[in-house]
Amino acid sequence: MSGSLSAATEQYDYDIIKKFSVMAIIWAVIGMSVGVYIASELAWPSLNFDIPYITFSRFRPVHTTSVIFGFGGSALFATSYYVVQRTCQARLWGGGLSTFTFWGWQAVIVLADISYMMGYSQGREYAEMEWPLDLLIEIIWVSYMAIFVGTLMKRKQPHIYVANWFYLAFILATALLHTFNNLAVPVGLFTLKSYSLFSGTQDAMVQWWYGHNAVGFFLTAAFLGMMYYFVPKQAGRPVYSYRLSIVHFWALSFMYMWVGTHHLHWTALPDWASTLGATFSIMLLLPSWGGMINGIMTLSGAWDKLRTDYVMRFMIVALSFYGMSTFEGPLMALKDVNALSHYTDWTIGHVHSGALGWVAMISFGSLYHMIPRLWNTKLYSDKLVNVHFMLATIGVLLYIVAMWISGISQGLMWRAFDEFGNLQYSFIESVAAMHPFYIMRAAGGLFFLTGMTIMAYNIAMTIRQGTHEASVSGQAVAAAA
Amino acid sequence: MLKNLKHELLETNVGLLLVGTMIAISIGGLVEIAPLFLIKDTVEDVPGVHVRPYTPLELRGRDIYIREGCYLCHSQMIRPFRDEQLRYGHYSLAAESKYDHPFQWGSKRTGPDLARVGGKYSNEWHVQHLIAPRSVVPESVMPNFPWLLATPLDYSDVRERMRAQRLTGVPYSANQQEYQQNVKKFGEQTAKMLDISHAQQNLIAQAEAGNYDGDLSGVSEMDALVAYLQVLGTMVDFSQIKPEDLVKYR
Repeated sequence: MSGSLSAATEQYDYDIIKKFSVMAIIWAVIGMSVGVYIASELAWPSLNFDIPYITFSRFRPVHTTSVIFGFGGSALFATSYYVVQRTCQARLWGGGLSTFTFWGWQAVIVLADISYMMGYSQGREYAEMEWPLDLLIEIIWVSYMAIFVGTLMKRKQPHIYVANWFYLAFILATALLHTFNNLAVPVGLFTLKSYSLFSGTQDAMVQWWYGHNAVGFFLTAAFLGMMYYFVPKQAGRPVYSYRLSIVHFWALSFMYMWVGTHHLHWTALPDWASTLGATFSIMLLLPSWGGMINGIMTLSGAWDKLRTDYVMRFMIVALSFYGMSTFEGPLMALKDVNALSHYTDWTIGHVHSGALGWVAMISFGSLYHMIPRLWNTKLYSDKLVNVHFMLATIGVLLYIVAMWISGISQGLMWRAFDEFGNLQYSFIESVAAMHPFYIMRAAGGLFFLTGMTIMAYNIAMTIRQGTHEASVSGQAVAAAA
Repeated sequence: MLKNLKHELLETNVGLLLVGTMIAISIGGLVEIAPLFLIKDTVEDVPGVHVRPYTPLELRGRDIYIREGCYLCHSQMIRPFRDEQLRYGHYSLAAESKYDHPFQWGSKRTGPDLARVGGKYSNEWHVQHLIAPRSVVPESVMPNFPWLLATPLDYSDVRERMRAQRLTGVPYSANQQEYQQNVKKFGEQTAKMLDISHAQQNLIAQAEAGNYDGDLSGVSEMDALVAYLQVLGTMVDFSQIKPEDLVKYR
């Protein structure tokens, strides 16, 4: 056992994966804490405390950036470096370059969060980072791509495993989107401020082409890569259908790029563009569900595992939320539904059913699977995994139910007319009606965060246990020698 | 089985897989984005739509609007529905944000739409509302922004800001020829405001004339932000536009 371990650590670069895994968990705790805080600010505005740095509108990008790019990004770096090495049976290409991607990426998130609090923002959702950070990301991303492709080229297997296709599409698409959405003219070389190269309608189109594909590739394709490796591994069974995964991959990659305009229904964007977006959004249901079925059916014949294997539970519930939110998405992309749902909390709920239910849960499952293997030990506590699972599931449900109620109420209140044909409600009446649901949402977030904290403890103890075991066996080897 | 053989080619060759994926992910964006720069009907060009770039003071106000993240709770895009027409006014035209780098249409209405907020409330109301929203709207969940009134506006680099905007295509004039073009396009009064070389004087003059923050002792960030809010949605006079002229731009 220890012989195969040392062979594995020599063959593969595990150190970089360990670093990214730990940071994924740290960013999750930070990002979700900020999330709970800003959710509370909406319920109780006095929590803004008149401090500019933590005022909701400056703090919200800190939440989105820390969870999407900090937690999600670090989890993707970690798992992609793991998966590409394991499936190619080759050590990571590029040597120290991967260390650069680690420190570079962490620096980007820290600097971005600080700059938002200081008031620097491009004013584009999920792309708030100002131009020097965008340039740094560009360099990191090219390095990442080089490492990933370099490792694929070193592979000892003739075939490139399906998980790697998804990671590759994610890396390529993110490079493309990031580059074009951040074209801007800086005010000066020594200032962070810049202005977008595009304006108005064209700028909106580019931003939501980016915005939705940040969801499509960063938060979906890449996590599907995770799914295609870790679900079969944890289940101990091959992927349900190889052919389905081919269709899933190409259809998803092709169709996602069209759907961003559903964020711009009924706006000043020309109708033809938003109609195209709606059409592709509906078609996207097919590959999305194909992928979900492929993942869930991988467990076919071993369903009993769900009773005992808590890590598997995370993965299967993640896939269920993936199916749920990829059904809800096309629904909300229909123009008539969108007329009601757009600008409301329903959108926020939808995002979180995807981000908490799918992205975070599949990451938890994968990290719980991978981390004990990295440190060559067992999970410190399986029971705590189950506690985490329960808290996370209750948290997501509270969150999305609160946002469904508040979102649909807002939409209905805004468009309600009284018997004389006047607007029935003033805007502020809709704000006041949301108060209980904003509290409920904050409570949901708190559940999720509590589960996350338990995971952080469980993982810390696992790592400690692994390090201890390694030093003991190291001493034993030294004593024997 | 020919189909499988073909795919095997892709999954055993990194180069082909890269190229194939790149093609698959490029088409959607190309088809939807490129035409928006090429089709003239994307942005309304109708008599009566007089949209002008922001004055130096308004531009600085807009920078503050972005700095504070107002766009995260307020949209600037009115949709063509009866309820929105009654609540906010005429639906937004593409032309109205053609000088907006970046656009600020928003995606969420935690607070109301602001596309036509200009002129709806007095300057005094805005100042009071920005300092302490719940003092004028008790149920509001908006944060207080008291520092806007207390912070003097930094307009030392307003010319650099306008130059950067000019590089993106906004017609701020950097020389006599461009100034003359602006006179033709926007009239002399507006053209003067768009002249980069006089930006600082213009900014101070507008702040003094408008007295947006109710305090004439200096130019505050509040002056700039309120000046920006008061111009939103006021550039198009819809009484001069025939609705049928707008149809082909939808």
